[in-house]
Amino acid sequence: MFRFILGRLLQGLLVLFALYTITFFLAKAMPGEPFTTEKNVSETTKQYLRKLYGLDKPLPAQYIIYPSKIITDRDFGVSTSKGRPVRDIIAQSFPVSLILGLGAMSFAIGIGIPIGIISAVRKNSWVDWSLMAVAMVGICVPAFTIGPLLQILIAANVPGLKVAGWGNPLDFLLPAFTLGLVSAAYLARLTRGGVLEILSQDFIRTAHAKGLSPTRVILKHGLRGGLLPSVAYLGPAFAAMISGSFIVETIFQVPGMGQHFVNAAISRDEFLLMGVALFFGFLIIMMNLISDILTGILDPRVRIGKAAQ
Amino acid sequence: MSEKTPEAGSSLWRDAWLRMGKNKAAMASLGVFTLIVFMCFGVAWFCKDPNAVTLTNKFASPSGEHWMGTDALGRDLFSRILYGGQISILVGLIATAVSVCIGVTYGAVSGFAGGRPDALMMRIVDTLLSIPFLVVVIVLQAVLSVWSSDTSSWIVQHWNWDKTFTDRLTNIVPLFFALGLFGWLTLARIVRAQVMSLKEREFVEAARALGYDRFRILFRHIIPNTLGPTVVYATLTVPGFIMYEATLSFLGLGVEAPNSSWGILIKEGANFMETHPALLIIPGIFFSLTLFSLNFLGDGLRDAFDVKASKD
Amino acid sequence: MSFLEVKNLKTYFHTRAGTTRAVDDISFSLDKGEIVGVVGESGSGKSVTCHSILGLLPQPPAKIEGGNVSFDGGEILGLDPPLLRAIRGKRISMIFQDPMSCLNPYLRILDQVAEPILVHEDVTREEAESRAMEMLKKVGIRDAEGRANSYPHEFSGGMRQRAMIAMALVTKPDILFADEPTTALDVTVQARILGLLRDMRDELGVAVLFISHDLGVVADVADRVVVMYNGKIVEQTDVLSLFENPSHPYVKGLLACRPTFETKYHTLPTVEDFLETETSSDGSLILRERPDSQERLAALEREVEPSACSDITLLQVDALKVHFQSGGGFLGKPLEVVKAVDGVNLQIQKGQTLGLVGESGCGKTTMGRAILRLVHATGGDVTYDGSSLTSLSGMELLPFRKRMQIIFQDPYASLNPRMTIEQALIEPMIVHGLGADLEDRRSRVVDLLEEVGLSSAHLRRYPHEFSGGQRQRLCVARALAVEPEFIVCDECVSAMDVSVQAQVLNLLRELQDRRGLTYLFISHDLSVVKFVSDEVAVMQAGRIVELNSSEALYQNPREEYTKELLHAVPRGDLETLRQRLH
Repeated sequence: MFRFILGRLLQGLLVLFALYTITFFLAKAMPGEPFTTEKNVSETTKQYLRKLYGLDKPLPAQYIIYPSKIITDRDFGVSTSKGRPVRDIIAQSFPVSLILGLGAMSFAIGIGIPIGIISAVRKNSWVDWSLMAVAMVGICVPAFTIGPLLQILIAANVPGLKVAGWGNPLDFLLPAFTLGLVSAAYLARLTRGGVLEILSQDFIRTAHAKGLSPTRVILKHGLRGGLLPSVAYLGPAFAAMISGSFIVETIFQVPGMGQHFVNAAISRDEFLLMGVALFFGFLIIMMNLISDILTGILDPRVRIGKAAQ
Repeated sequence: MSEKTPEAGSSLWRDAWLRMGKNKAAMASLGVFTLIVFMCFGVAWFCKDPNAVTLTNKFASPSGEHWMGTDALGRDLFSRILYGGQISILVGLIATAVSVCIGVTYGAVSGFAGGRPDALMMRIVDTLLSIPFLVVVIVLQAVLSVWSSDTSSWIVQHWNWDKTFTDRLTNIVPLFFALGLFGWLTLARIVRAQVMSLKEREFVEAARALGYDRFRILFRHIIPNTLGPTVVYATLTVPGFIMYEATLSFLGLGVEAPNSSWGILIKEGANFMETHPALLIIPGIFFSLTLFSLNFLGDGLRDAFDVKASKD
Repeated sequence: MSFLEVKNLKTYFHTRAGTTRAVDDISFSLDKGEIVGVVGESGSGKSVTCHSILGLLPQPPAKIEGGNVSFDGGEILGLDPPLLRAIRGKRISMIFQDPMSCLNPYLRILDQVAEPILVHEDVTREEAESRAMEMLKKVGIRDAEGRANSYPHEFSGGMRQRAMIAMALVTKPDILFADEPTTALDVTVQARILGLLRDMRDELGVAVLFISHDLGVVADVADRVVVMYNGKIVEQTDVLSLFENPSHPYVKGLLACRPTFETKYHTLPTVEDFLETETSSDGSLILRERPDSQERLAALEREVEPSACSDITLLQVDALKVHFQSGGGFLGKPLEVVKAVDGVNLQIQKGQTLGLVGESGCGKTTMGRAILRLVHATGGDVTYDGSSLTSLSGMELLPFRKRMQIIFQDPYASLNPRMTIEQALIEPMIVHGLGADLEDRRSRVVDLLEEVGLSSAHLRRYPHEFSGGQRQRLCVARALAVEPEFIVCDECVSAMDVSVQAQVLNLLRELQDRRGLTYLFISHDLSVVKFVSDEVAVMQAGRIVELNSSEALYQNPREEYTKELLHAVPRGDLETLRQRLH
């Protein structure tokens, strides 16, 4: 177990480094000039910053300076467009995205998995068809349509909910719902497929032959294996949810992390870009690890340690 | 034995097609999608200029002149939807084609090679999968758009192409690549898994025992057997790409004016949602119908190709 | 009235393709403490019968069209689901063929064995678990206390089936339905499981409905036998009369077409030698005894084995080793070496058949593949017709690929599903430059198909349009397309019904006589190997433990392991049967 986690973490470091390499060269290839920002940074400051972050050095040197600064000083550089340290930007916006993401995740699991189970149990009935049609709507109607609709239909009519903004405890509800909807739809489909797959296995017939009630057959024998595809999906999906969504943040004016991805890419803010990309990579690696550990707990055949083979 | 003439057998493709024919939702989806494609690529040429601005006729209601009314600049909505659909559907199809080409080749080579090369190639896929897709697409778009405007002016200068047309073309081509370059990852994994299991099948061993070389085994015996899952997955990828294009366009990062796409139409419509909901709802319906039909089609294909569903 | 009485049971399957009468008006009974064998080939309806009685069939497509099943005096067909559930697993239990797929891989063995008690009786978890533990010990699970908390995949096949039996018997049921419980197991394990079932019957007085395709196995356990064919019962009687004096032509055929240790035929009789079938106008099947069956049998008996004496060594294997490495991933565990084949010597004379027997995992399949260089040999040498194969490169190997061929166990997986028969048979000719042009190759394909007993009308068909037996014929035809001298038959009849098996074995014999083929015949089935082989090698844990002429090995086994194997084989002959019944 320990060896497995250690191995995966070392592997993760390699992945992070590869990720850094790719973003580094992409950032360098981007057209335009850093430090051309809305905030007026004086020429001397620019020179100073260039020197500080080694932007005046040749590319190979720059390639090495950034990660070594992260390791030695935990310094992720300064956002050239915002004029603030990248670390502060992440430290400020990540908690917001985390709350939003946790809410979205609760919606996704709370709605998606029960729908998937009900659909699988009532396979090919009108209940199944209508639930799956609803799930399809969740997949086919973009968040930038659902978000505004929710604002008009719900936020405007329900007291306590605001159309947009962040600050009150209830403010996370609508954006979290919007963000979680797509995942809920995918989860519903994955859970349905997974449970159906398990329900077609021979050991389910054994369970029936033992005289178990249909409910017990599904809960005790069907669910455990049936949830495996959903668990595998949830790892990366959760990482994506807690690292923010530009669209949802824009619609509901949430000061999360998603905006920085897009803004950094647009304004050629290379430190911010590399910082958030590495942070996202880190989240993905951790979530994948957690979902693998969960898979091992659910499925004794891939118990960790053996999985390393 | 008998002197009968050989009767034609029923191939797996034909069987799958017959099974699919019995799936009403999938057949209806196929019909809807064909109709939309026909409208966007056939009917559109006979429609009004989608970019003709008539400021005197803003927000017109549907009429014989403008079947679905006009938008905030008095442009014909119907014609804009059809022209926008061209871009959206093309982005979906071409990006899928790019990712199928890369994904099938990569996955097949990785799975067939096995051992260390396979492990390395799969680590690369894992790494690429942990890159924030949206960020890379945006950056790639930015990188490629410099290249695209250069190319555009070069083509106009040297080949005397129509400037508007060339600009429109070079504006969307980077999008195909940006999407296609990252869309192949999942497909590569699927194909690899298929190849790995096919490699152990006895007909491949029989082929080796018969002395067939690696190329014959890979291209005649293994890859044709991965095509079913590939077709299914590709069908389900198209709506994903259409959605990505819409998202990027909504962010103002995808298709640029004067091109339009469904993403742009929805974005424009959302601005006037409270006063003229039709501008959001009509493009939204086209968009969602296309995605619906492709998803149901993909589900139908998956059921039709499902090995377990076939006999014995 | 019997304890379990089935009367006029009818179960039909209604699908788009039409209606299948899976169980068609059958009646039989089962008394307390009795073991009744239900025998039939695949699709005869024997499993569907069981499932119908217990209400385990998915409805639709299945539908019980009529009949009565009385159990302990009460009707159970069409009983309310909750009432039926109270019987299922409590008073009538069931075990299945494949204990791996039939045990839940996600739950501990003890939890699964205790579950029926918890569901059916009002007891505490501790009590249920202690009773489950007791039952696990009773069915012979070694170190039951230590292993009860393991998961199914950590058990061996035999141990899994024991756990399955424990799970079925833990509620002390009156009746046990055993659906092919030993089919997936090795013979030695099978013998132990059959012994266990007999013991449990004696000890707990449980009645057993024992379903099997194998008459030999049924002869080992059953008191009475019911034979099913195409959804109908063709004969039911006590086990001795069935073997002594079968009355139905199908049963006669079934008994005759099994190769046993005593079979003296050169060509096996087939069911068709005894049975004529005709489809009547209303779609039902009419079964009739062949008028000339006696003459046919006599003709087969007159056939003599051609003296296939030859002293030319075609294939020589010296100290062959195949070792696989497992484990050793990134930061993983130390490498583990699996010695699949570990120093095997043998030789095969031209025109002869060497039988290679052994239980699953003994390395016999790997050895067949290593000889053909389909897997890489770690050490040793394979010499074919004077040339060493071990060091040849891909191109140098090509001429030998033409001379040596292989037929696999699973004819479903052995043919590329996307190629027509014609394409599949022409391809090897193209690769090896056989045949002048396409026309010539086509006519060769037609000849080949007829040689293996298929019609040339099938040329443009795809593999999935054929039955299992036909597909194996196609595989034989494909191997023959390159005109080989030597063929490895790897369990090539193991997945077949006996009647089909007899046909394929006869085909292999016929081809050997006509073409002078040399076979390496790999199988786990000692009776089949006895029938086809001139010499037999017994393999265990990667080594050959005994090699002798077929007669000598079966008459006078020298090694302990060989004796154990031979002893475990369900003989299915009258002598053994009489001994068992005293």
